[in-house]
Amino acid sequence: MSNLQKILVVDDDPYILMSLEFLMKKNGYEVMVARNGTEALEIVDKQIPHLVLLDIMMPDVDGYAICKHIKSTKKLKEAKVVFMSAKSKEADIQKGYDLGAALYVTKPFSTRELMRQIKELLS
Amino acid sequence: MSNWVVIICCLFYLCLLFGVAYYAEYKQKKRKSIINNPYVYALSLAVYCTAWTYYGSVGQASAKGIEFLAVYIGPTIMAALFWPVLRKIIRICKTQRINSIADLISTRYGKNFSLAIAVTLLCMIGIIPYIALQLKAISVSINILSGTENSPAGLGNIFNDNTFYIALALSFFIILFGTRSIDASEKHEGLVAAIAFESIIKLVAFLAVGLFVTYGLFDGFEDIFSKAANDASLKKLFTFSEHTSYSTWTGLILLSMLAIIFLPRQFQLGVVENVQENHLRKAIWLFPLYLFLITLFVLPIAFGGKLLLGESAVHADTYVLALPMQHGATLLTIFTFIGGFSAATSMIIVETIAISTMMSNNIATPFLLSTQKFKAKGDGQLTTPILNIRRLSILLIIILAFLYDKLVAQHFTLVSIGMVSFAAVAQFAPAVLGGIYWKHASQRGAMASICVGFAVWFYTAVVPSMASAGILDLSIVSNGLFGISWLKPLSLFGMEGMDSITHCFFWSMFFNIITFVAVSLNSKKSAQEIYQAEIFVDIFRHSTTTENNVIWKGTAYLPDLNSLLANFLGTERAEKIIATYAARHHISLENKKADPRLVAFAEKVLSGVIGSASARIMVSSVTKEEELKINEVIHILRESQQMMELNKELRRKSAELQKATDQLTSVNEQLKDIDQMKDEFLYTVTHELRTPLTSIRAMAEIVHDNTDMEEGQRQHFLSGLIRETERLSHLITQVLNLERYESGRQKLNLNNVILNTLIAESIQSVKALINEKGIQIQTSIPDTMFIIRCDADLIQQVMNNLLSNAIKFVENGTGRIKVSVHTNHDEIQVWVEDNGRGIPDELHELVFDKFFQAKNQTLKKPQGTGLGLAICKKIVEMHNGKIWVQSTEETGSRFIFTLPNS
Repeated sequence: MSNLQKILVVDDDPYILMSLEFLMKKNGYEVMVARNGTEALEIVDKQIPHLVLLDIMMPDVDGYAICKHIKSTKKLKEAKVVFMSAKSKEADIQKGYDLGAALYVTKPFSTRELMRQIKELLS
Repeated sequence: MSNWVVIICCLFYLCLLFGVAYYAEYKQKKRKSIINNPYVYALSLAVYCTAWTYYGSVGQASAKGIEFLAVYIGPTIMAALFWPVLRKIIRICKTQRINSIADLISTRYGKNFSLAIAVTLLCMIGIIPYIALQLKAISVSINILSGTENSPAGLGNIFNDNTFYIALALSFFIILFGTRSIDASEKHEGLVAAIAFESIIKLVAFLAVGLFVTYGLFDGFEDIFSKAANDASLKKLFTFSEHTSYSTWTGLILLSMLAIIFLPRQFQLGVVENVQENHLRKAIWLFPLYLFLITLFVLPIAFGGKLLLGESAVHADTYVLALPMQHGATLLTIFTFIGGFSAATSMIIVETIAISTMMSNNIATPFLLSTQKFKAKGDGQLTTPILNIRRLSILLIIILAFLYDKLVAQHFTLVSIGMVSFAAVAQFAPAVLGGIYWKHASQRGAMASICVGFAVWFYTAVVPSMASAGILDLSIVSNGLFGISWLKPLSLFGMEGMDSITHCFFWSMFFNIITFVAVSLNSKKSAQEIYQAEIFVDIFRHSTTTENNVIWKGTAYLPDLNSLLANFLGTERAEKIIATYAARHHISLENKKADPRLVAFAEKVLSGVIGSASARIMVSSVTKEEELKINEVIHILRESQQMMELNKELRRKSAELQKATDQLTSVNEQLKDIDQMKDEFLYTVTHELRTPLTSIRAMAEIVHDNTDMEEGQRQHFLSGLIRETERLSHLITQVLNLERYESGRQKLNLNNVILNTLIAESIQSVKALINEKGIQIQTSIPDTMFIIRCDADLIQQVMNNLLSNAIKFVENGTGRIKVSVHTNHDEIQVWVEDNGRGIPDELHELVFDKFFQAKNQTLKKPQGTGLGLAICKKIVEMHNGKIWVQSTEETGSRFIFTLPNS
């Protein structure tokens, strides 16, 4: 078992998923990916990631619901949630923080900036 | 049957009347008016049918056949004119608080005193004999019933005379229910209810006798009529006989047409007691129906009487009573008697009320006010004297009628008295009808017409009777006045061949109308008259504004007005109505000087109590009036006219403004909706752009920052970059396309296109994708060439969209797509079916919405912009076609679009 910090990336867009997976690995994290909400829920429970990068709008289970699950599951209480969404309305962002997210980034975002913030969160 | 049984029946019936009247007033106090009802109104109008109708019609029919019908046809014709004529009179009387026909005439002609007195006197002279006739009918019917001789003439044994006591009881009833309120323009609810009740009783009783005779004594109408037809003396009654001239018919019909409005009792119930103008609508048919029913059995009873009692000494006028009596139907006899009694009493009651109001308002009260010198100090000081005057008038009328019956009537033939009364009141017709339709009608004209009409009436109708009674020399009738032959009262100017009533009616109306018109056209009118003429003739235009424009000039002090009203109404009530009026018209009561409107209002209130002429005098006695010049009146009238027009114009303008505002509001709403839709669309578009932009930026940064990346991976990112950029530009193109179609800026490039080729080309263009996914494609297109007129590029776009959707949604390997063409008369349908996972029925309409996918995250998100179907819909609609989706029998979807067959 490695001591690398585990990050779960959840997004239904394959290119975003691919890019973020590459970047996380490159920066020395253990990365898991989920293409939809259902997959994400399975993985968080099994793998207990330190941080979850969450898209909000997904066809089956949306990001808010996954965040709620994480925040209400005891063993996951250490896990940090970072929302990344095209939803840019104030109300949506507020909702994200209200659900206990550590960060909410709106798409399109700079990967460089995102990496810096993730490092900060996990340090 | 003994005398006392009959008397007890009468008293019992009168008690019943008291009960009905009390009940009505009790209901009125509880604010549940009985008389505010069109049926009660129509029934009350049936006061027209008196004992003369009840007994006399049969007598007349026995002698002259169907001629008796004329006096019912007249009112029936007039009923059709109730709405234009009677409604106008009602409206005038209500707005002016007029309570009698004398008041109506005097108010119209400048509130003239002498005119009111003239009308009152004419009514008394014309009507009191008529009331006497009713008393006579009662006493005769009692005598028949009790089998006693007719009471002898004279006053010798007055205390043994039934009629005397009945007259007393009736006076008591009338005083009790007729002088309840000092304001005579208020409704007499109890009285009207009692009259309506009496109308029912007399109708039911008469119908009962009719049925008894027709079906009890004979075998129905046919039996009576066929038996009568076999009798030579009765046969002639079926048709116009030699007695009946057409002039008589015309005369009687015209006369009764006027009587139904101008008889004081008809005016009282039809106008003064009317609660709502709308009740006229029902009365228009209900009243004639009543007349029809009450005349239905007249001929059968007349024939029955002639056939069964013709040989005996029984007078035809009493057949109604004699037939059931002689055949032993005791109860029916009593009921019949009560019916006749009710017909007589209802007439006596109403006629007495009407005439007593006129007498007290126009003769007695002014006399009282002038002798007492009227000191305006007391609280309700004058209420009791005025009510007492009215009570005395009632008593006086009944006594006069009684005396007439006992002392004078013996000398006259009674039958014609009714018609003579009709002719008397007909003398008011020119003054009233002229007054409400003709602005030039003047006070002098009215006065002259009534006087002349009255004189001719008296000469042609009353003088001959007086002569034949021996009061005047018979030679007047046979040789004419002063021996001048063309002054013979029964053939004036040598006019022969008319019966006496028609003759009287013709000549009196002839002189009446001529005088009225001639004098009116040649007399000067006072300011007051001009104003009243304007108000009366155009009442429907003025009735809303009269309160606000007042023709009165001078100085009046509020305390004076208050105490004037207080004298008649009591301090409390006077102050209350003044305050209410002032509040409604925003008149300040602070000022000691009274507003002219208050003066006019006080006068109007007083009119209800003492008549308009007296009210005029009263008001001028407490105020300092200045005479109005005619041009001032004209100025006021013109102003009110202008006000009305201005008002109308304002209302029209404000209606237009309202309409424009409504339109603007609705346009604004639409704009807001559109704006919101645009906002939403923009938000969704930017949202949809963010996703590819995110991956493009991420991938570009990765490639840029990681120069050491292995070649394969770099290629991977770079091709991703290209894909996403394509997706972005595709999205932008589609957004722009859709925007262009929706705004209508896209012009169709219409050509004749062979649909078969177009479809084949579309399939060809997606062939590569189909092969890649291993999809089976099938086409089913009839051999015929379908030539349609369309924009080939756009329709191609629709086909491509539908095909690529189908490709997206079917499974690799097992996917099947079918394209087919179907036609009917006026359209061509293109079907694109797949065996994909299908669309739930409830979403069938929504899938054509823009960005439907994006908004419905429960669907698995396929690749695409979410605009394809919206664009298809728009294009098809631009071609006047339709597009929709169905579920196929299997799992998939079937998209169908139609194009008009050209």
